[in-house]
Amino acid sequence: MAEKRQGTIIKVAGPVVRAKGMGGARMYDVVRVGQQNLIGEIVELHGDTANIQVYEDTVSIGPGEPVVNTGAPLSVELGPGLIESIYDGIQRPLDQLYKAQGEYILRGSQLPGLNREKKWQFNPIIENSSEVTGGQIIGEVQESTLLLHKIMIPANLSGKIDGIKQGEFTVEETVAVVTDKNGNSHDIKLMQKWPVRQGRTVQQRLAPNKLLQTGQRVIDTFFPIAKGGTACVPGPFGTGKTVVQHQLAKWVDADVVVYVGCGERGNEMTDVLTEFPELKDPRSGEPLMRRSVLIANTSDMPVAAREASVYTGITIAEYFRDMGYTVAMMADSTSRWAEAMREISTRLEEMPAEEGYPAYLAARIASFYERAGRVECLGSPKREGALSIIGAVSPPGGDLSDSVVQATLHVVKVFWSLMANLAQQRHFPAIDWLTSYSFYKQYLSESFEDKDKANDMVNLTQQAMELLEQEAQLAEIVRLVGSESIGAKDRMTLETTKSIREDFLHQNAFHKVDTYTSINKQYEILKTIMHFHEKGLSAVTADADTKDIFKLSVREEIARSSYVPEEEIEKIVGIRNTIEEQIETLKVGV
Amino acid sequence: MLKEYKTVSSISGPLMVVESVDNAKYGEMVDIEMGNGIIRHGQILQVDNDKVLVQVFEGTEGLDVESSTIRLLSKPQQLAVSPDILGRVFTGTGVPKDGGAEIIPEKRLNINGNPINPYSRDYPNEFIQTGISTIDGLNPLVRGQKLPIFSGSGLPHDEITAQLARQAAVRGKDEQFAVVFAAMGITFESAQFFINDLTETGAIERAVMFINLANDPAIERIATPRVALTAAEYLAFSMDMQVLVVLNDMTNYCEALRQISAARMEVPGRRGYPGYLYTDLATIYERAGRIKGKKGSITMVPVLTMPEDDKTHPVPDLTGYITEGQIILSRSLHRKAIAPPVDVLPSLSRLKDKGIGEGKTREDHADLYNQLYAAYAKGKESQELATILGEAALSEEDKKYMTFANLFEDKYISQGYYENRSVEETLDLGWELLSMFEDSELKRIDVELIEKYMPKFRK
Repeated sequence: MAEKRQGTIIKVAGPVVRAKGMGGARMYDVVRVGQQNLIGEIVELHGDTANIQVYEDTVSIGPGEPVVNTGAPLSVELGPGLIESIYDGIQRPLDQLYKAQGEYILRGSQLPGLNREKKWQFNPIIENSSEVTGGQIIGEVQESTLLLHKIMIPANLSGKIDGIKQGEFTVEETVAVVTDKNGNSHDIKLMQKWPVRQGRTVQQRLAPNKLLQTGQRVIDTFFPIAKGGTACVPGPFGTGKTVVQHQLAKWVDADVVVYVGCGERGNEMTDVLTEFPELKDPRSGEPLMRRSVLIANTSDMPVAAREASVYTGITIAEYFRDMGYTVAMMADSTSRWAEAMREISTRLEEMPAEEGYPAYLAARIASFYERAGRVECLGSPKREGALSIIGAVSPPGGDLSDSVVQATLHVVKVFWSLMANLAQQRHFPAIDWLTSYSFYKQYLSESFEDKDKANDMVNLTQQAMELLEQEAQLAEIVRLVGSESIGAKDRMTLETTKSIREDFLHQNAFHKVDTYTSINKQYEILKTIMHFHEKGLSAVTADADTKDIFKLSVREEIARSSYVPEEEIEKIVGIRNTIEEQIETLKVGV
Repeated sequence: MLKEYKTVSSISGPLMVVESVDNAKYGEMVDIEMGNGIIRHGQILQVDNDKVLVQVFEGTEGLDVESSTIRLLSKPQQLAVSPDILGRVFTGTGVPKDGGAEIIPEKRLNINGNPINPYSRDYPNEFIQTGISTIDGLNPLVRGQKLPIFSGSGLPHDEITAQLARQAAVRGKDEQFAVVFAAMGITFESAQFFINDLTETGAIERAVMFINLANDPAIERIATPRVALTAAEYLAFSMDMQVLVVLNDMTNYCEALRQISAARMEVPGRRGYPGYLYTDLATIYERAGRIKGKKGSITMVPVLTMPEDDKTHPVPDLTGYITEGQIILSRSLHRKAIAPPVDVLPSLSRLKDKGIGEGKTREDHADLYNQLYAAYAKGKESQELATILGEAALSEEDKKYMTFANLFEDKYISQGYYENRSVEETLDLGWELLSMFEDSELKRIDVELIEKYMPKFRK
């Protein structure tokens, strides 16, 4: 541990402060700036002069004021109490701040990330005097009805455990002592700290092998994301990026969801805060808040803390992954994070690359997404965890050649492309089916227990995608010569793709049934739509008039199938019989 | 006695460098006394040891290196507030401009404010009736929302903002209402139009104006929206008033910001605007909202003129990413003399769903809005098709939708600047227009609602 040293401010320019007399300081050490004790981080060192990125507004700070080095890098507190919390970008609890100082965030506020008073029931799962290694689970705390919090030995520690106790403890009380091989003893508490800019240690990394179910049809069926995978959602404003992110945060089948609102609207965070406690998890029936951690660094909050907020978020997410859980992290929006980087880089007078962004932009983005993945966790018992990252990108003017979009597309495996014209037609989610992609499609069959169903689903998605591709070409022709002049089969194709678009891809996030569709129901709906196509084509070959086919009343039932509750899924299967009956009547009529 | 410095070493653009200054603090205010005794105001942009970079609000014209004297005021830029600010006109930095007395301050507030803790925000969900059908019916405004008007040169945004200021009210409640108007770089005529309009209706008593005209120093514009919002926060959260803030015109504000950025030789971002434009705009726009446990609210209507009507220009683009929707004005509707010429299709209010429905407006509002929107979109397509192929080539269905679109523009969108429609009138008008379709064509409306509200089913 470096000794605490005090330096003196010599220059202030916006969020960047330069101080001298900072000998002994290390890069990324956290410092306290000025008489108001603003929080900052050292980002550059020249001799004993340090450049400091300050997380709070620097008005009324001037040369001569002190800078105190805390000697530790920016870290987060990890332990029971994280779940259901709402933090700012540097893990200050916003609800506690509100209680302590009212509706505005004042400068120099200091509150610990984890509640110090609350007592947690700790149940050890190992015996005294057993040998433990870093990452090993020594006990459990039931943190919320949805989450069993595992208490782990810090990553770099191993030795013999003693004095492990059962009972109620605060996060700072000692629950066990570990004596390492040099005979030094270390207190184990419910809480540990970890520097945010450093990925947490794992045993080994594994390739993803399973899909993360989101209940969103266009995503799960056509462009799925894996447990441990990475995805990005770019789109101009008004295309529903935030709604997509909120939908995923609500319905994703993860054990823990970390939602980072990075430089976005205050009212949107309020929406999350009021909605999450009321929404029920479709699997457990418990409020969704009981598995969520929220980080809100809205756009009016200081820019440097915005830069830190995604790191704070991902470190918390990694901590839960290390317990062996499936974790999903949403970052909305990474463009604001990149802009924060740019702003600080400009103040540091670094040489800019494209669009004024620093040259290290792509490297930072890549190493951030690289912290996702499926892993074998450190220490015993042997367990697997997965961390998926879904990042929204807000390119200026919706231009996908933007540096942040391009740097992100280099590393992510799933691309959900939001289109302004779809949004204007009120087609939501406005994910474009022709330009989006996913590298995890091969795991789609793993989502089904029934093997036949799995193979069938793979074929169905393939066929549906081919039809949508054909539609794009046919639409050109129709625009030129009118819909009357194309063949009956092509007309049937256009009608089916319309049905795929309107009855399957379109999903109403605000309808209580439609908002979430299980993978089985997705299969049944798609199967029914394709069944109609197949039967329709057979009627066309039997010379039935396409107009009569399109007028069949069963089409209304198909259109409403997404509103059929999950419990009544059999009804959708029933529609397929109706299709056959009604198509037959046409053939007889010919 | 404040310490004085005569150590100006250089002046360039709106900036000046002063040497050998003790105890300067970032962001604090300075007075600059010129050789002839005239005082100008400035703010410290950077402190490097004893060297200070000052931004001069009134511009540096006539300043010289030798005779200028600098005084550090040791405080950030502040605005004196008291209940007496209502009905007054100030300059862009908050100095009385109407010849009236100085404000005797109840308190002095830092114009930069503090970020609002997202946890303490209250969700905006109270419907504001503006009396304008295209807003009330299709893009409802709620209290605490920030809804900009994307306009262009030659479009009547002044008339619309004046209409909003005149008519906007929360229904069924008798509450204290106030308008804060910040003019940034607009013409004397525009500002006077707004002032006259408020004077005629008597609303001027409840208004506070901060006027920075086109020929006032551009640098002063940086402070104007912040000064106005500080006054708005005081009225809303200390005096429990419902405040409507009009910021006109944000494009001029951004240009002033660009000017300073260029003078500081910062690395420019898109179109020469500084890289921190998003953050800077956010610190202004995010001051709108409601706060738990407070009666007042700040609703914001920023006006911005899009150069060349280009929505992807950095100013409208970044604004759209921060605000909760946008009202876009259409040049072609304006040419057809449809007033207010709101371009319905690309306009959007993100908070509409929480502000409408039973108990707030009426149960049929959401379905009706969706149906009108869909029918108008289809009618617009037919209109376009008709211009390419000729009306004769249209199918019967296309013709019907085209007729609908024309009627919709003439009756629903067009209402003039002085008609104040209640939300019921707007909704009923929607039903009346839709009555030209078969009930089965109205797929987006619940059948029960059709039977309840369609004119033919009513007595």
